[in-house]
Amino acid sequence: MNPAHRTEAADGAGPVESPPAGGARAPRVVSGLVVRAGGGGLSLRVPGRSMAVGVALCAVLVTVMGVSLTTGDFELSVTEVVRALTGGGSPGADFIVNTLRLPRLVTGVCVGAALAVSGGILQSLTGNALGSPDVIGFTNGAAVGALTVIIVLHGSMTQIAVGALTGGLATAAVVTLLIAGRGLQGFRLVVIGIGVSAFLLAVNSYLITRATFQEALEAQAWLLGSLNNRGWTQANAIALAVVVLLPVAFALSRRLSMVEMGDLTATALGVPVGRTRTVLLVVCVALAAFATAVAGPIWFVALAAPQVARRLTRSPGPALPATALTGAVLLTASDLAVQRLFTDTLLPVGAATGTIGGLYLIWLLVTESRKSRA
Amino acid sequence: MTGTPAPAARLRAENLTLSYDRRTVATGLGVDIPDHSFTVIVGPNACGKSTLLKALARMLRPKEGEVYLDGAAIASYRTREVARRLGLLPQSSTAPGGIAVGDLVARGRYPHQRLLKQWSAQDETAVTEAMRRTGVLDLAGRPVDDLSGGQRQRVWLAMVLAQETPVLLLDEPTTFLDIAHQVEVLDLCAELHAGRGHTVVAVLHDLNQACRYATHLVVMRAGGTVAAEGDPAAVMSAGLVQDVFGLPCRIIDDPETGTPLMVPAAPRRPAPGGDGRRLGTAVR
Repeated sequence: MNPAHRTEAADGAGPVESPPAGGARAPRVVSGLVVRAGGGGLSLRVPGRSMAVGVALCAVLVTVMGVSLTTGDFELSVTEVVRALTGGGSPGADFIVNTLRLPRLVTGVCVGAALAVSGGILQSLTGNALGSPDVIGFTNGAAVGALTVIIVLHGSMTQIAVGALTGGLATAAVVTLLIAGRGLQGFRLVVIGIGVSAFLLAVNSYLITRATFQEALEAQAWLLGSLNNRGWTQANAIALAVVVLLPVAFALSRRLSMVEMGDLTATALGVPVGRTRTVLLVVCVALAAFATAVAGPIWFVALAAPQVARRLTRSPGPALPATALTGAVLLTASDLAVQRLFTDTLLPVGAATGTIGGLYLIWLLVTESRKSRA
Repeated sequence: MTGTPAPAARLRAENLTLSYDRRTVATGLGVDIPDHSFTVIVGPNACGKSTLLKALARMLRPKEGEVYLDGAAIASYRTREVARRLGLLPQSSTAPGGIAVGDLVARGRYPHQRLLKQWSAQDETAVTEAMRRTGVLDLAGRPVDDLSGGQRQRVWLAMVLAQETPVLLLDEPTTFLDIAHQVEVLDLCAELHAGRGHTVVAVLHDLNQACRYATHLVVMRAGGTVAAEGDPAAVMSAGLVQDVFGLPCRIIDDPETGTPLMVPAAPRRPAPGGDGRRLGTAVR
């Protein structure tokens, strides 16, 4: 009956009292460009900075691709490459571009994008910069699968990939079971994942001790993560995975940024949190497993690309498209570097990203621990 | 349908059994939230106030019983549909790092948006209006991380308001705020209720604030049952407080508003010095 207004509420609590000023056109309250069409039927919010960053990343990626295709043991001009790509090149250029360089490049772009988005989803779901498929054991799980195929079953390249995929998915299932019903938030998933990861690493070491010298060499080569000798089989497999899975991830990224606010808040705003989380987790694991199946374990990209993309775009959400582009640039640029700087050693790209990744991880742990102490 | 007081937003719970895992919080709990009321739920710690609010917002599925929203079981609605009719401000939400105030408030429009309908003119009006009412319009471009606790709570309130639901549920909206900001937030809630005819349901800790602001008071006791409900002036009594909180007290008239004011008894001493006499006049 009495709404119990304070009678003299003036005391500095100004904002509450300010009367709604009728219809004055206030400056736009949200960031980004707003595009409306079709009499209100269509309206889009375009984050300007993210778009600019996306365009810039595309430009960098195209440059890296151009350099990758034109340089190397046999220098080719841009026209020669373009002719070879469109099917009108000399047999030599055609072989170099379409059989040697292009599949490797396509594999690099797709693996980089897949790992980056996988990491971006997991970091967002766990609210933790360490929530990355390589840190929480998915990658080591894929390695167990691959090594089993190499050492025990002596399988082909394709069978190794299937083994890696199976191992990655099985690990994800185990980790999910271990945290069942407790939610993904916070350190829990990361801590359990690190434990599972350590266990799987031990399994891998055991498998290698059981191997013959030849098998161990092959296993070691796979374990280093490389884009050497990747042909169209691998390129097509990972391209297909990326074409199917990335759109799903992008479509759900708006929901993902809502889920970051906490389960209750997101649900209250109409997001089906449980379903969103399950679908995204499956997409995340599948991307990581496919990437690892094709290229072996490549560290650092899934961990760093999402963070780099967020800082570049200054986006309050997961910024998945920019993350994908960042991952593609990181991996292709690293691969270009190991190809051109260490020409005689055939250094695998996994070694390069692993080195940078180690340094990045140290930096991340130091800053995170500082933050938590502050 | 996103309009003001038109649709009768009737929210009630019938015979609820509420539990987390195996721990049962309440059994046989029934509450009617009067339309267009400012209902405040109070009760001792762990009596199931917040749990009840969660059940009312469909965040917790009752073991038994049913919550009804606008005549239909709330469980039968889709998540988005609930979000168009009923807004919830949980005890804690995480503001995404680096997000600007305006962008955060804009997220309240999510249940009204589609993939290709991300920012309609209606969205803009609702967000601007919500920010104006909560006094955060000037902060639109500021990062939420930079705000004080009181400002931040107003921003969260603005987000829930932008949702334009006829029913608002607030879970302890004043926790972690100093007394001035508590009053500010409650004044705001009362204004929302009075101005727009929103049905507002809040869980509060402070009995006196509850009595001052509520038009309908629900007093819960440990074990998750309703000890009393109704107009605060009619419901509040020293006996009830003794019964529910185990606290001896006296109830006097709030000198500002005339609503019931609960004053805890001084520690029992053989001779009650001057303490008793100084406390107000209108002893019930």
